[in-house]
Amino acid sequence: MSHANIDTKSPSWIIGHVETTAGNIPLVSTKLTAIDILGFWRMRWGIRRMNYKVDPGLYAVGSPGPDSPVLVSANYKMSFDILRRAVSSHNTWLVVIDTKGVNVWCAAGKGTFSTGAVLWQIKLTGLQKIAPHGTIILPQLSATGVKAHEVQKVSGLRTVFGPVRADDIPAFLNNGMKATAEMRKVKFGMIDRLALTPVEVKGAFKYLVLLSAILFILGGISWSGFFLERAWRLLAAAGVALLGAVLMGTVITPMLLPWIPGRAFSVKGGQVGLAWALAIFAHNWNFLSGVGLPGITNRIAALLAIPAISAYLAFNFTGSTTYTSMSGVRKEMRLALPAIIGAGIIGTVVFITGLVMR
Amino acid sequence: MGLVYLKDVATLILDKEKCTGCGICVDVCPRGVLAINSKEAFIVNIDLCIECGACAVNCPFNAISVKSGVGCAKALMKNRKGNAAPCCGESSGSKGC
Repeated sequence: MSHANIDTKSPSWIIGHVETTAGNIPLVSTKLTAIDILGFWRMRWGIRRMNYKVDPGLYAVGSPGPDSPVLVSANYKMSFDILRRAVSSHNTWLVVIDTKGVNVWCAAGKGTFSTGAVLWQIKLTGLQKIAPHGTIILPQLSATGVKAHEVQKVSGLRTVFGPVRADDIPAFLNNGMKATAEMRKVKFGMIDRLALTPVEVKGAFKYLVLLSAILFILGGISWSGFFLERAWRLLAAAGVALLGAVLMGTVITPMLLPWIPGRAFSVKGGQVGLAWALAIFAHNWNFLSGVGLPGITNRIAALLAIPAISAYLAFNFTGSTTYTSMSGVRKEMRLALPAIIGAGIIGTVVFITGLVMR
Repeated sequence: MGLVYLKDVATLILDKEKCTGCGICVDVCPRGVLAINSKEAFIVNIDLCIECGACAVNCPFNAISVKSGVGCAKALMKNRKGNAAPCCGESSGSKGC
């Protein structure tokens, strides 16, 4: 897309333009507005995430010239917002690649943030004319898809990898475009992990609804018909256990990740699930006996099914982390998945046995 | 607090014969897996490797090989055999950063 059509519905963060030999380049604000911040939260909950994009092309921050640095970004608006906010104190060019609204790391893995895509956007924007002495700074996490030496060779512009985090760009620029070892590492701190949990919870919601529906049906059904009151009572009692199992796998395990023993996610999640089951027993040893179920089958079912649910959801979190490998996840899938499924099935069978004995 | 995933699984291989010690692999590695010592790269800790492939892609001398892919259970469960494409950023995705 060219910048020509931006004028017709220009986004609020475009605050003017910079004149160059290759035409006017939109000038972007480095301040985020309430709407941008709202967008962050919307994205964290995964609401209409597919269309959170910026038009690809060239943008200016401050008053850049022919030798100003050129920062390359994905066209996911959250990536772009973090970048423009980070470079507020520098005069820079921003080249936005068409990654279909996907963040840098994922787009590089998918192949949309590639050597070809970077070269194409450089050519399209006439960057060689606008910043003939500028250095192209690629986000480090695009390195899985972009060969810096090839971008340099073809474009004729010096090309380097910047830091992992946009927030380190000012320090990187002030340091003669040298990144420290710390700037080169992906982090996965508490805040990073918590930011990812809303989407996990949302993703698990459909399973929660499905399992609740099954509990409801199992609770009400009997040889002599369906009893609504029984169904509600079972759901109310067992639903809390179920909700807890889901939250243990989607929120508590990611949050406490470094402190839970073991390396495999299913092992970590399983332990947290087990702790939840034990907490339920500690609160009420005859858990679910109020709905007329034998205590022993309930306890066995809970000890198997709750850790299985938490372990499965924790295993699902592997893709959201920054420290898992494909070989590792494949190994965990081979070893842990059968155990999780087995525990889930046996737990369900035992629970149903208890219901039949009622 | 360094989070480390499973031991002895990463497929990273460094060919010291081809390495010139240029250091680009050290620059692109987001996990500090590689370092340079007397003009040659070496693997500091292979268990830190997430097989992202950045080093192999950017090595101008093809001195590094790794079976790269994403460490994502959702993607691998969808595609058990092949190199799973990242599913993040799709409607079922999990990552939004």
